[in-house]
Amino acid sequence: MNITLRVWRQRNSDDTGQMQTYQVTDVSPDMSFLEMLDVLNENLTISGEDPIAFDSDCREGICGMCGLVINGLAHGPKERVTTCQLHMRSFSDGDVIDVEPWRAEPFTVIKDLIVDRGAFDRIIQAGGFITAPTGTAPDAHAVPVPKLDADAAFDAATCIGCGACVAACPNGSASLFVAAKVTHLGLLPQGQPERHSRALDMVAQADLEGFGGCTQIGECTAACPKGIQLDLISRLNRDVLGALAHRG
Amino acid sequence: MSSVSDTQFFTVGEPLVDTKAPAVPVNLMWDERRFQAKLVNPTNRRKRSVIIVGTGLAGGAAAATLGEAGYHVKNFCYQDSPRRAHSIAAQGGINAAKNYRNDGDSVHRLFYDTVKGGDYRSRESNVYRLSQVSVEIIDQCVAQGVPFAREYGGLLDNRSFGGVQVSRTFYARGQTGQQLLLGAYQALERQIGAGSVEMYTRHEMLDLIIVEGRARGIVVRDMVSGEIETHMADVVVLGTGGYGNVFFLSTNAMGCNVTATWRAHRKGAYFGNPCYTQIHPTCIPVSGEYQSKLTLMSESLRNDGRIWVPKEAGDNRDARQIPEDERDYYLERRYPAFGNLVPRDVASRAAKQVCDEGRGVGPGGRGVYLDFAEAITRLGRKAVEAKYGNLFEMYAQITGEDPYVTPMRIYPAVHYTMGGLWVDYDLESTIPGLFVIGEANFSDHGANRLGASALMQGLSDGYFVLPSTIANYLADAPFEAADASHPAAVEVTDAVRERVQRLLAINGTRTVDSFHKELGQIMWEYCGMERTAEGLTKAIGLIRALREEFWTNVRVTGTNEELNQTLERAGRVADFFELGELMCIDALHREESCGGHFRAEHQTPDGEALRDDENFAYVAAWEFGGDGGSPVLHKEDLIYEAIEMKQRSYK
Amino acid sequence: MAISGVILVLFLLAHMYGNLKVFEGQDAFDGYSHHLRELGEPILPYSGALWIIRVVLLAAIVVHAVSAITLWRRARRATGGKGGARYASSKAPRGAQRSYASFTLRWGGVTILLFVIYHLLHLTTNTIAPGGASDSPFERVVNGFSIWWVVLSYTIALIALAFHLRHGIWAAMATLGANTSPTRRKNLNIIAVVVAAVIVVGFLVPPFAVLLGLVG
Repeated sequence: MNITLRVWRQRNSDDTGQMQTYQVTDVSPDMSFLEMLDVLNENLTISGEDPIAFDSDCREGICGMCGLVINGLAHGPKERVTTCQLHMRSFSDGDVIDVEPWRAEPFTVIKDLIVDRGAFDRIIQAGGFITAPTGTAPDAHAVPVPKLDADAAFDAATCIGCGACVAACPNGSASLFVAAKVTHLGLLPQGQPERHSRALDMVAQADLEGFGGCTQIGECTAACPKGIQLDLISRLNRDVLGALAHRG
Repeated sequence: MSSVSDTQFFTVGEPLVDTKAPAVPVNLMWDERRFQAKLVNPTNRRKRSVIIVGTGLAGGAAAATLGEAGYHVKNFCYQDSPRRAHSIAAQGGINAAKNYRNDGDSVHRLFYDTVKGGDYRSRESNVYRLSQVSVEIIDQCVAQGVPFAREYGGLLDNRSFGGVQVSRTFYARGQTGQQLLLGAYQALERQIGAGSVEMYTRHEMLDLIIVEGRARGIVVRDMVSGEIETHMADVVVLGTGGYGNVFFLSTNAMGCNVTATWRAHRKGAYFGNPCYTQIHPTCIPVSGEYQSKLTLMSESLRNDGRIWVPKEAGDNRDARQIPEDERDYYLERRYPAFGNLVPRDVASRAAKQVCDEGRGVGPGGRGVYLDFAEAITRLGRKAVEAKYGNLFEMYAQITGEDPYVTPMRIYPAVHYTMGGLWVDYDLESTIPGLFVIGEANFSDHGANRLGASALMQGLSDGYFVLPSTIANYLADAPFEAADASHPAAVEVTDAVRERVQRLLAINGTRTVDSFHKELGQIMWEYCGMERTAEGLTKAIGLIRALREEFWTNVRVTGTNEELNQTLERAGRVADFFELGELMCIDALHREESCGGHFRAEHQTPDGEALRDDENFAYVAAWEFGGDGGSPVLHKEDLIYEAIEMKQRSYK
Repeated sequence: MAISGVILVLFLLAHMYGNLKVFEGQDAFDGYSHHLRELGEPILPYSGALWIIRVVLLAAIVVHAVSAITLWRRARRATGGKGGARYASSKAPRGAQRSYASFTLRWGGVTILLFVIYHLLHLTTNTIAPGGASDSPFERVVNGFSIWWVVLSYTIALIALAFHLRHGIWAAMATLGANTSPTRRKNLNIIAVVVAAVIVVGFLVPPFAVLLGLVG
């Protein structure tokens, strides 16, 4: 099939950038979206043009490196897939497809479709961990964890930190990302000692980074390739309220 | 040994005799080594700087642990965040000799299984330590909040994995690597926040700096600004993963590359067993020319899926139209005892053989069926869905076919490289002050890696082994003062700049990827699942010619002073050419079949791998022979004292 | 945001209940209106309780507005001032699943605030008196709502309120931690729709009753 692409091109973070149109011919429905871009880039390189820069690494939907806004939707039209797992069979011959980078002030565009997501790392630094220096751990069976808690913690821990939640949120909020980590660690007995400080510090860091607030619209969950549920944000709020009450 | 290849492609140097393993029985070595090791006073640690390249299970765990210990750590990765390292994609699980199931497991049994699984081509001392440390890894990860699968009583669940007879594999659904990596990543971020680790993301190591015989720094390219930077420290650690992408198509991430280890090799670090690659049998087949990577389907599928191809070559009927008596369940036929559960190397080779006979299925005839029809009838669709639902979904997502209706198609793909930089018991390479951890080193898996062992090794090296052994090295510091202006550093940095400019100046007519794909095809054809002296010799010639063309005809667009993904790839592919040649030479010189290395000339009458312990029970550690020169082979004899060598059989 | 919103919703329910007294006739309605001023006597002075309620409501409105402005400013800062419209593509103007209610929450709030001022000037302070001023609250209501365009203006405002409540009630409950599972999310949204509908219908019944001549 033949596809028309309108792609965001921006030389660097100082450039203003604009949408540019490209034609891609002979697209196989079995190609992944990124492979279709690979083919376009090969052609651009041969004709001496600058290939389109985009991030991707594992290309199996787990590393969280890739992420494009396709036709206005983070990770494209298909539910619960990353961009690298979106295949061209989700489109039709003759389609015009818009491709843009994640947009949020804390996610600066570095080039074309690549953004800086360092803010997420800094949010984790603020409290997204359990303090357990190497060698200090008791036997793994010392503390049993109810299976339901372990499973729920796992569900939250599947967050891949891709940033689709922020890209999709009309408020540019990182609440789902923060909530996923607070929930993962807060559900486990090992995470209890730092539960209050973790919630407060991570939320404070997200504010400091310039992410917006949550108004419970739910676009984050709809865009999340791992299906992280919106109720985790309620859980985060309960932890924050609990922490504030505890702190007095 | 073939004397022809000797003179033609390499020379033989002095054997490697001292691995620094203490001269005590294997079960006492690690205690002995830790006791003998010198320590660094906590107040001095801040003055000792450590460069760690890579943030996967090995690199990330090491950076976090050394940061906690108080060293000044600089950590580098090419991705935008340390959490992206490809350890994240590991599915199955992590082994540990906890014996929580009371099924007869022990440190010694894990040690034995790993050595046997590696087809007796790994070093006893290192593997024993790995088995010992495995127990602590699980404790550490649980304390960090890794959400391992649990039973209703709240205790950790275990499963049996990779054909062993005990249940020692800990897992977090099909995403164990992700959860373990996030544990290490969170510990690492804590140290970054505390200021003990300086993190450099989107920085790619392009060369190693040696001062007065010691590894003292690295040259990196800031992948956003293009700036070539020099970073110096007291010691350098590489945790940069494997080199499976030399085949272009593999289950590795797009960015995985050999540059860091290869540049270190060129500076004097020996490369151990480069030809040992693991080809995983259950991957989704290639669907077309445009394919950029391959996706692994968990090995666990083989527990209930039956593997078959049509009996007749060229049978193009739909799978469901082929009657039972016209199907060949070739693994069940050839290996009645293990059936579909034979080890990875055996299953992969068998698939290749039936496809070579023209009986492969799917586009290009490179695939075999993995059929769940029988399991669905026997267990019911619900049960199959509960067990494999997420894998079936993934398969449907990628192929657009419904595996509940038509059988899956699978084909082997490059998955892991057992070879890597040669290291001693301390994980130190042949360059003093250059330590190598995780998949980047060669040490623990011999000629074939068992399932759920890679995660174990990465974390063992990063959390427990390296932090002890590196202290011993750093106790001798301070070394000669050396900053970025040191002549040795300036020389290497200038050489890196020059190489970048050289790549940009070629301005030829072919893309980097077209070269990479062609190299991959050569490697896959001649240095893949089945190798012959003739094919390998041919491959060496082809690689050399292609490499020459690369350096005269590649087109690298743009400039250095920007984010330039073409330039990044060009540098990596240039190193893959050199590595690919060494892999072929190593495969050519090893006139035996063992583990993932199968030489067609060396097989039993019924087509099984034929090891030659008499002549090849050694590690081949290759010294760089200079551009245009021949590599030098140094042998480290493998001596088995705790385990008796046996022929593997799965009949 | 959520707590002030909940206070306002509770007020609306009470207000609606009071309004429905219009069906019991002029004496009951005026008596109820007068009773509000005597509430809490003699501990509190005349109109004391009412003023406490007024102060609380005013505080809630101020907190609600300040929180809204804060959230709005943070959203603008995080999205370059463009919110959900920050992508060049116009193919998903409503995102993946956004409700119209969530879309109009902020401007709907402003609309409601303007309406409340108009409403207070009309029926509380008697400053604007379409249809004639009166000392009897009942008469003020009847006089006002006998005019079609007054009813129309109230109807429009109440539709705006309906959308505001439909998302606001859900969001308030979720923000305060009530959303505990995907099923609960569905149920809370149903509750929000029901409460919003009850309030709006409850408020619309008296004006239409007056307009249609059923009351007065």
